[in-house]
Amino acid sequence: MGFVQEFLQQLVNGFSLGFIYALIALGYTMVYGIAKLINFAHGDILMVGAYGGFFVLIALLVTPGSFILSFVIAMLICALLGMFIERTCYKPLRSAPRINALITAIGVSFFLENVARVIKPIGPNPKEFPVFPQKFNLLELDFLGVHINQTQIIIFLVSVFLMFTLNYIVNNTKMGKAMRAVSFDRGAAYLMGINVNRVISFTFAIGSALAAAAGILFASAYPQVEPLMGFMPGIKAFVAAVLGGIGSIPGAMVGGLILGIAETLSKGFISSKLADAIVFGILIIILVVKPSGIFGQNVSEKV
Amino acid sequence: MLEVRSLNVFYGTIHALHDISFHVQEGEIVTLIGANGAGKTSTLHCISGLVSLKSGDIHFTGKTLKGVSPNRIVESGLAQVPEGRRIFANLTVMENLEMGAYIRKDRNMIKQDYEMVFSRFPRLKERIRQVAGTLSGGEQQMLAIGRTLMSRPKLMLMDEPSMGLAPLLVKEIFEIIKEINRSGTTILLVEQNAHMALSIANRAYVLETGRIVLEGAARELAQNEQVKKAYLGG
Repeated sequence: MGFVQEFLQQLVNGFSLGFIYALIALGYTMVYGIAKLINFAHGDILMVGAYGGFFVLIALLVTPGSFILSFVIAMLICALLGMFIERTCYKPLRSAPRINALITAIGVSFFLENVARVIKPIGPNPKEFPVFPQKFNLLELDFLGVHINQTQIIIFLVSVFLMFTLNYIVNNTKMGKAMRAVSFDRGAAYLMGINVNRVISFTFAIGSALAAAAGILFASAYPQVEPLMGFMPGIKAFVAAVLGGIGSIPGAMVGGLILGIAETLSKGFISSKLADAIVFGILIIILVVKPSGIFGQNVSEKV
Repeated sequence: MLEVRSLNVFYGTIHALHDISFHVQEGEIVTLIGANGAGKTSTLHCISGLVSLKSGDIHFTGKTLKGVSPNRIVESGLAQVPEGRRIFANLTVMENLEMGAYIRKDRNMIKQDYEMVFSRFPRLKERIRQVAGTLSGGEQQMLAIGRTLMSRPKLMLMDEPSMGLAPLLVKEIFEIIKEINRSGTTILLVEQNAHMALSIANRAYVLETGRIVLEGAARELAQNEQVKKAYLGG
C-alpha cells in the first residue's frame, strides 16, 4: 500500500471518528451555550445510550430494523435522562456560582459510571457489542485502494442526518429560535415571555439524544461496551467543542472532525501511544493561542 | 391597572428600593424619572419578575405578580422594552419579532401584528432578513419596541428608550411612544431624559436613591423648581 493510499485510508478512519466526536461535541456546546455549564456527565450519557442500544440489539438480534429501533430507544432514554439530570442536579444551582454546577457535573459523571458498574445487567466488565451478521453486511466501498466499511458508512449517514435535523430545529422551529435567543441573552428572553426553563430542558434533551446516537456508533465501531467507555470520547469531544469555539454549533462539527482526523493521523503516522498526548496538546495550544476557538466570539461579560 | 405598594428590594445587603408605592391607570403614560442608580431599572425588573421583592406587593389588573414567573407576567399582558434595547443580535429582524410573539398562538392575528409593526417602522420591513446586530442604534430601538408590541401588551414598560440615540431620533421615538399610547397601550416610562419624558407623560414620579421623593402631574412637575434644578438643567 502506497503512502497516498494509506494516508487516504487514515483520513477516512479519521472522518468516521471525527463525526462521532462532532455528535458528542454538539451536546457539550449547546448545553454550554444555553446553560453556561460544562456538563461533564455528557460522556456518561453516551455510555447509557450505548447500553440502551446494546440491550435492544441483544433482545431483538441485529437487523436493519432493530438497529434503527435501537437508536430511537436509546435517544429517547437519554433525552429523558438528560432532562432529569438537569431538573434535579443543575437547575437548583442555576443562581449559584458556576463552579458549583461544574463540580456537580463531575459528581453526576462519577455517579453514572459507578451505578453502571454495580447494577446487574451492566456490571464492571466490557461486553461485546452486537454487530450486523454477514448477510446484512451490504454497504462497503472500495475505491483507489481505500476501504470504507459498513460501520463507517453508517456513522457517516447517521451523523449527517442528525446534523441536518439539528440544523433544521435550531434555525427553523420556534423552539430553536428561542434556544438561540436564550443563549444570546437569557434576561431579555425572560422579558419576551420565553419559558426559559423549558428551553433549557429541551436543550439537554437534544444534546443527550445526540450523545446516545454517538454512543451506539462508537460502540459498534469498537465493538464493545463498558461503564467507563464515555469518559475518553467525552473529554475529547469537549476538546473538540473548545477547538471549534464553545457555544458554536458549526464549531462543534468542525472541531469534532479536526480532532478525529488529528487523532487518527497521529496514530497512523506518528505513534499510537502519543496520539492522546497530541490531542490534548491541541487543547493547550488553543487555550494559549485562541481561547475562543475557531468560530467563537470574544464576548465581554457584562455584570 | 398597575398598583405598586411599599415595595422593598435588596441586592444582598444593599437596600435598593425603599417603600416604593405608585400606580398606573389604564390609558395613561406615567414616567419614573431620576438619576443614574436611583432605582428606576430595579423597579421595572421587579415588576417584570426578574428581581424578587423583599416586601410589599405588585398588582396588575387586580392580580398579584408576587412569585409569578416572568413568562407568565408577559402572558398576563405586561411586557417590557428593556434598557439598552437587548435585541437578539444573533437573530434576524423577523426572528426577533417572532420571539416577541412567543407567548401567542393565534397565527392569523400574529401575521396582522407583523404588518402593524412594519407599518409603524417601515425601515424594519426593509431589513426583515438582516441579522439584528447589524442594525443602527435607532433601528435597534425600533426593533426592541416592535418586538415587545408583538406580545400585545396592555401595559408596556419602557426602560430608557432614548439612551444612546441622536436628538432627532429621540424625538422620533417619543412620537412613536405617544402613538402607541393613543392606540390603546398604557405606558410606564423610565427615563433619564426628564425633559422629554415629562413632555409626553400624564403623571410622573421622581426617584432618588431608591425612594420616591416627588409625584404629581407631569406638567406641574416640569414647572417644579426642585425638578428643574436637578433634572432639567436649571
